Amino acid sequence: MKKKGAQIIVDALAQEGVQVIFGYPGGSILPLTDALYDAPLRFILVRHEQGAAHAADGYARATGRVGVCLATSGPGATNIVTGLATAYMDSIPLVALTGQVKTNLIGNDAFQEADMTGITRPITKHNYLVKNIADLARTIHEAFHIAATGRPGPVLVDIPADIQMQEYDADPVCGEVCLRSYKPTYDPHPGQIKRAAKLISQSRRPIIYAGGGVILSGAHQELLTLAEALQAPVTTTLMGLGGFPGTHHLSVGMLGMHGTVAANHAIMDSDVIIAVGARFDDRVTGRVDKFAPDAKIIHIDIDPSAISKNVAVHIPIVCDARRGLAALNALVKKPDAAKWLAQVLEWKKKHPLEYKPSRKISPQYVIEQIYEVTGGDAVICTEVGQHQMWAAQYYRYTQPRRWVSSGGLGTMGFGLPAAIGAKIGRPDKLVFDIAGDGSIQMNIQELGTAMANKIDIKVAILNNGYLGMVRQWQELFYKRRYAATPITSPDFVKLAESYGAAGIRVEKKSEVKKAIKEAIAIPNLVVLEFIVEEDMNVFPMVPAGEAINQMIGMA
Amino acid sequence: MKHTISVLVENKPGVLARISGLFSARGFNIDSLAVGETNDPTMSRMTIVANAPDERILEQIKKQLNKLIDVISVVDLTRRDFFERELLLIKVQNPVESKSLSALIGKYAATVLSQEDTETIIEAVGTYARMNELVEALKGVGTVKELVRTGRIAIGC
Repeated sequence: MKKKGAQIIVDALAQEGVQVIFGYPGGSILPLTDALYDAPLRFILVRHEQGAAHAADGYARATGRVGVCLATSGPGATNIVTGLATAYMDSIPLVALTGQVKTNLIGNDAFQEADMTGITRPITKHNYLVKNIADLARTIHEAFHIAATGRPGPVLVDIPADIQMQEYDADPVCGEVCLRSYKPTYDPHPGQIKRAAKLISQSRRPIIYAGGGVILSGAHQELLTLAEALQAPVTTTLMGLGGFPGTHHLSVGMLGMHGTVAANHAIMDSDVIIAVGARFDDRVTGRVDKFAPDAKIIHIDIDPSAISKNVAVHIPIVCDARRGLAALNALVKKPDAAKWLAQVLEWKKKHPLEYKPSRKISPQYVIEQIYEVTGGDAVICTEVGQHQMWAAQYYRYTQPRRWVSSGGLGTMGFGLPAAIGAKIGRPDKLVFDIAGDGSIQMNIQELGTAMANKIDIKVAILNNGYLGMVRQWQELFYKRRYAATPITSPDFVKLAESYGAAGIRVEKKSEVKKAIKEAIAIPNLVVLEFIVEEDMNVFPMVPAGEAINQMIGMA
Repeated sequence: MKHTISVLVENKPGVLARISGLFSARGFNIDSLAVGETNDPTMSRMTIVANAPDERILEQIKKQLNKLIDVISVVDLTRRDFFERELLLIKVQNPVESKSLSALIGKYAATVLSQEDTETIIEAVGTYARMNELVEALKGVGTVKELVRTGRIAIGC
């Protein structure tokens, strides 16, 4: 039966189980938008295409499913670029469908033309320009396959308007996608697992360093089993929060630039590091030639290029994190490391995360209160900056997919649209966007999306009147010259009200908890604005270029 | 150190851009890149001569290439026996003594493609090092007006 290209796409999306698309229409994507009008899936009209990409990303992070966004050619498509780069850096499965000018106009500088496959090549896992309708269905399925498998990532499919309109007698694509040049390795090499198990059993100062890969592969249970069997301390990266329960006695919290004293000392003094789904990012290792000098490193990762990229690895294990940990669990023996664990727990006890109590509202205090009120079970989305680090430090994540934050790219303006996506994916959960007054203004138009679609999220703005993280660096490293960091804001309460949402401003410490409870009780979008201390810094901190045990600002 | 890397890729539009983009984005150096169809028209073979200052960077080059969806296989030929060739087209101004030019053409098994009053176009094939020698020798007998090189191609034994 002959079908239009747009219908072929809609049918392929349905086959892939897509339930929601975040997007924005326009000339070159009109045929597809039209076909979606009758499709049994939800279309969330955002207010800016960047919001569509981040919302699809937030949806993917909160659910583990592939997020889908849609934009028209030219400016619509270039507006999703930051969203793709964000997803790429954090390995989030995303499919972006973009309209393109008609095939006969490609390359002519046509109206609303931009070379999207060219622009997005370095920030997608893969991308396609579909110039032949015979390739259309297969391409959509390949895009979903590539996005979701191996090390996940965003895939862009650029579809010219005439391809969407053409009629084609399409056979339904059946069977699995098979790409001869793409075969991720899921099962660990048994010999490597044996070597790793032996090294672990001989270690005296082991540590587990877990990253976002644990969450992506659903390896949290296997990780917990390993940690408990070894009685080894566990540190997680920013992306790994929730991959191991933050409340567990073996958890030493996050490591790296704003990591805990215990985590940074433990990894630096360890003799064996079991790295799982982590990539030794510069914010984690600090000065790389001083990183963990005595440690032998076992690295479990599905991406071979992540291994020995920044730090030389002794035992590489290329596989899915969950399968790798399960295989390791079957072989490992508990090492003789009780003394070491006692030492690490002593550091943890002696140097907890803390901040100076104040009569004003401390931003950390707000996070602690959100944690208490929500019982640690909310999905916490963030923007990027100081509030993000405090949300990472002072909220304890006990389960995976409760933490939605732009780690690798560090995208301000991510949190609000991501929270919308997360709430759509997890309507059963309370969803917060913890924001700063700077970041929230980057995609604040998405309040309109949330209201129009009745998406009940809570936006908690920690307003300190500054681009706080930059201000902190200026205070510490630029002689307190606050160039371009004081920032004004609109009246957030009135702004919320103008969108039809509720707005609550909190200026007294004594009212923080009450306001959070009140916001949760309102079955609607609520913007909470906390007027917080303006000169609070995120500590501990490792100055850029230092070894990570060279922390400043510790109590 | 220079490495001759043979990369088998899908014969699809944009693959060359993916590979060259990867090298520039990650700061790897390409000395030479040549690409053409293979006996299977759905695949192309790229021969890349890359400059990898150390083992870690060489490993990264290979792994990052392999990570591209359109890359089918990556082989570092430098680790084994292989033949490497480059084709040159050279336009030289005819020297006063044409005998010296003929001698060089003979020595390097080059072919004369055209000979005019004032200039000769020569084709030569050989290893990168030998072709460099030829170019230097030609500079010694006359003026090289134009030089076109294909970049190196290689095949493992």
